[in-house]
Parts: sequence; C-alpha cells; structure tokens
Amino acid sequence: MKLLTCPMNGTRPLSEFVFGGEYRQAPDQDTCTDAQWAAFVHNRSGAPGDKKEWWYHSPSGTWFIAERNTLTDKVTSTYLLGQKDTTQEAGK
Amino acid sequence: MPLRLLKFALSKEHPAPRFFKSHETPKKSYDVVIIGGGGHGLAAAYYLAKDHGITNVCVLEKGYIGGGNTGRNTTIVRSNYLTPEGVNFYDASVKIYEGLSEELDLNLFYSTRGHFTLAHTESAMRTMRWRAEVNKHVGVESRVVGPDEIAKACPQLDLSCSGQAPILGALFHAPGSVARHDGVAWGYARGADRLGAEIYQNTEVLGIDVKNGKVCGVKTNKGYIETKQVLSAVAGFTPRITEMVDLETPIVIHPLQACVTEPMKPWLNTILVSGSLHVYVSQSSRGELVMGSSLDPYEVHSTRSTLDFVEGLTSHMLDMFPFLSNVKVVRQWAGMADMTPDFAPIMGKTPIEGFYLDAGWGTWGFKATPISGKTMAQTIANDSAPDLIHSFRLSRFEDYELTGEKGAASVGH
Ligand SMILES: Cc1cc2nc3c(=O)[nH]c(=O)nc-3n(C[C@H](O)[C@H](O)[C@H](O)COP(=O)(O)OP(=O)(O)OC[C@H]3O[C@@H](n4cnc5c(N)ncnc54)[C@H](O)[C@@H]3O)c2cc1C
Repeated sequence: MKLLTCPMNGTRPLSEFVFGGEYRQAPDQDTCTDAQWAAFVHNRSGAPGDKKEWWYHSPSGTWFIAERNTLTDKVTSTYLLGQKDTTQEAGK
Repeated sequence: MPLRLLKFALSKEHPAPRFFKSHETPKKSYDVVIIGGGGHGLAAAYYLAKDHGITNVCVLEKGYIGGGNTGRNTTIVRSNYLTPEGVNFYDASVKIYEGLSEELDLNLFYSTRGHFTLAHTESAMRTMRWRAEVNKHVGVESRVVGPDEIAKACPQLDLSCSGQAPILGALFHAPGSVARHDGVAWGYARGADRLGAEIYQNTEVLGIDVKNGKVCGVKTNKGYIETKQVLSAVAGFTPRITEMVDLETPIVIHPLQACVTEPMKPWLNTILVSGSLHVYVSQSSRGELVMGSSLDPYEVHSTRSTLDFVEGLTSHMLDMFPFLSNVKVVRQWAGMADMTPDFAPIMGKTPIEGFYLDAGWGTWGFKATPISGKTMAQTIANDSAPDLIHSFRLSRFEDYELTGEKGAASVGH
C-alpha cells in the first residue's frame, strides 16, 4: 500500500488523500496582460521533475504541501503551507 | 497449412518479408521530421506521402513502433462525442477505419460491435440524451435505449448491478468498434515505408533547434538532422518535447491502466461502458475481456501498474457480471495519458514556425489515429490547419474557446 504523511495526522494510506495540483503563484491581476492571465489559467508545467504540490487529507480536511518527484513518484517532504521548517520526512 | 507458410517453416534463412526497411543512420536533412512512431506519427508520414507527395520524411521513434500508447490502449473506436466539432472529427476517423484494412492491405481485425454507455442516474440519462441529439444532428447513429434493449444485447449483464446502481438506460452507438492496435501502427508504417518515408527505431530526439522563432533542426542520439518542419506526435511525452522549444501547454500526464482476463469462449458481443462504475469492457478476438477504468488520480510520468486499480475495477466488474468471479486477470499494464482540461486534443500549428503539435490525446486518441494523421499531414503540407481541427488549436485556450468533451470522454475512451 502506498503511504503519504499528512503534517497533522501522520502517515496514512494514499487512498485518504486527494491530489490538488501544482502549487502556483498567480500573476498580479492588475498589471499582467490578458495573455499572461490566460496562460496562468490554462497552462501547466507538464514536464517531469521535482514539484511542489497541493494535497488534501480528506478525513480531516487538511490541505498541505508535498514536494514530490513526478517521474519517480518519491515524496521528499510534506508540510503545512508556510511551515517548511517543521518538515517531516515522508513516503519512506 | 498454407504453402506460403510452409515455405517459411522449411527455409533456413526464414526470409519472412520485413514490414519496413531498416536504414543505418538518418540522412543529414529531411523536409519533415516526425517525432514519435506511434499510430499518429506513422499515419502522418503515410498521408504526407500519399495525399501530398511529400516523401523526404523520417519518423524517429525512441523505442519500437507502437510501443507507446498505441500498443497499450483498449482499442475502442467510436464517434458518439458531445460537441458537434468532436462528433464530426471522430466520425471522419471511423469512416477511414472502416476501409483501412483494405487500404493498408493488412487485417486490422476491425470489428463493429455496437457500443453501450450505461446510465445509472437521471443526470447520466440527461447527458446520454444530449449526446444522442448532437450525434443525430451531425448524422451519427446514436440513440437512447431502455433496459430491455440492453438486456437483449447482453443477457449476462445484471441490470441491477448487484442492487448497487440499477441501470436506467444507455446511449447506444451502432458504429462502436474494436481493432488491433499494433496492427494499425504496423500497417501505417509499411504504407509509409513503401511510399518512401524512412522509419528509425531506437532513435531518440534529444533537442530541437529553433532560431529566430523558426525550427531548423533536431538533435538525436544518432546525430543532428536539419529540417524546417517538425511534427511532435509523442502523446505521454509531449511536455518533454514542448519544453525543448519553450512552449507552454495545458497538458499534464496521468497514468491510465488496463487489464485483460484469461481467454473465454465468445459471450460478450458489444462494448459496454459505465461511467458511474468506472468500467469499460469488450471481448477481444482472442477471447480475453479487455477492461479499463478511469484515469489515475494524480500526475506521474510512469507506466507502473497498481493493485488498487485491479481491485477497484474487478469489484465493479462483479457488480455487472457476478458469474465472472472465478475468471482470472492475467495481465495488467499502463500508459501515460496526455490530458487536456477540456478532454479535446491539441492539434495544428504553434507560435514556433515549423513546429507542429499532435497531442492531448489523453485516453481517447486511438480512434483518431487515421484522421489525425490525415489532418496533420494536411497542416504540414499547407502550413495551415484544415477547418476540421480548428476547434483543437493550441490557441483556443488563450481565446477561452474550449471544446468541452469531458462528458463523452472521461471513462469511455
Ligand atoms: C490504457 C489505455 C487505454 C486507452 N484506451 C483507448 C481506447 O479505448 N480508445 C481510444 O481511442 N484511445 C484509447 N487510449 C488513448 C490512445 O492509446 C492514445 O491517445 C493514442 O494511442 C496516442 O497515439 P500516439 O501515436 O499519439 O502516441 P504513442 O502511441 O504513445 O506514440 C508516441 C511515441 O513517441 C515516442 N517518443 C516519445 N518521446 C520521444 C523522443 N524524444 N524521441 C523519439 N520518440 C519519442 C514514444 O516512444 C512512443 O512510441 C488509451 C490509452 C491507454 C494508456
């Protein structure tokens, strides 16, 4: 069984989690062009590599960040947004 | 045993005819370089030669031809989509498929079975009615049927689905078919080769040279090739290729899995799909049940298989067909699906001159192999995309003109 570590609830089966997509920063809507905004809405960094992603632990309603390699599917750390210093080693 | 076969058996050299010539190393330059020896890339090479007389073309395949999603899919061919643009496009493909064995002089085991998309809820019935009306409007044979007609076509189906999800009706699509997927790749490869295109296996594109916004060559593990026109037809590898030319797209990669049972005597004539139970199934000409489910829930660039998938799929199969409980699953595998937000492909020109994209085929691109080859060949030959694929252009996202096919593509590939 594949496991993932929720920063609030510890290591749980992957079936308790929902993938929320890549963590992305929106461009400033007041200054960006229409093309930049459309690119933000639709485009994704689809190539494989180390990514920062949103994940959701559904039984407890916790959204958090996972750092994961999308080629090897190895998770290197999970933490609540903005709290990287309390990083736990995940996916061992 | 036919005499022809016997001659091969007795011959010391086994002089079985090769499907296509093997060339040592690619030439210094080509008019068109096609990346990806799946059905789409090979079909494009074939139609470039046949329809446009463009034969100074090479197809570069990093593995073996048909080894990507072309050889991994569950071979369903249909045109009962949701948007008129989609229905027209896929219908054109079905029409080519119907005569393709003859055209390529290869038995593709193209078998028209009829296709039922089962509805277990009122909202699913609503989508079926919608699709039926759009299909009829465009001239495609689809209609909504009740449980009686489903039972007649497949008496083995438990219409109550173990009491879990009773079937209210279905969208019936008469032209729904299955075919031999690797045969399609091999048939197009032989056709393209005979007309003069060159096919290179074990040849990987490592980079694409772009100067002043124009393509001027590709780097491969077998050297540099000059060209002004490059077609990327690499399905699950698309983001790696578009990254080489700094092109952003909405494509993300999720694995899609499938499996087959041991062979049985023929009992399932039709193709059945259930969106609610995340199952689709048909019986192959070898007697195996070919089964698939929905997309894996998160991004991974890998063809690994999971136990979760077979467990989930087989439990729903048993809701539909309790008598299969003793039948064994003998093989499972996965492909990498290049998913788009609107479940429609991305085809045509790009902002880079001479770089053409045939991608975003996700879980639904096998059925489009002939028509995508034909329309991409047209796009390359004229440097302009035909109307048939206008709604699939990359710039539709910037224009907020998406081609929403999710209701017709999400489980029933
Ligand atoms: C499990 C599964 C079930 C499916 N079921 C259906 C179905 O029932 N009906 C349907 O219509 N569709 C289905 N699909 C989708 C369909 O298989 C694909 O959309 C279609 O086969 C894509 O064909 P292609 O030729 O574009 O890509 P592929 O067949 O994937 O070919 C791309 C090729 O490009 C090569 N390549 C990649 N990178 C490079 C490089 N850098 N250099 C050289 N070569 C490279 C790869 O090795 C590969 O062979 C299914 C897919 C899967 C995975």
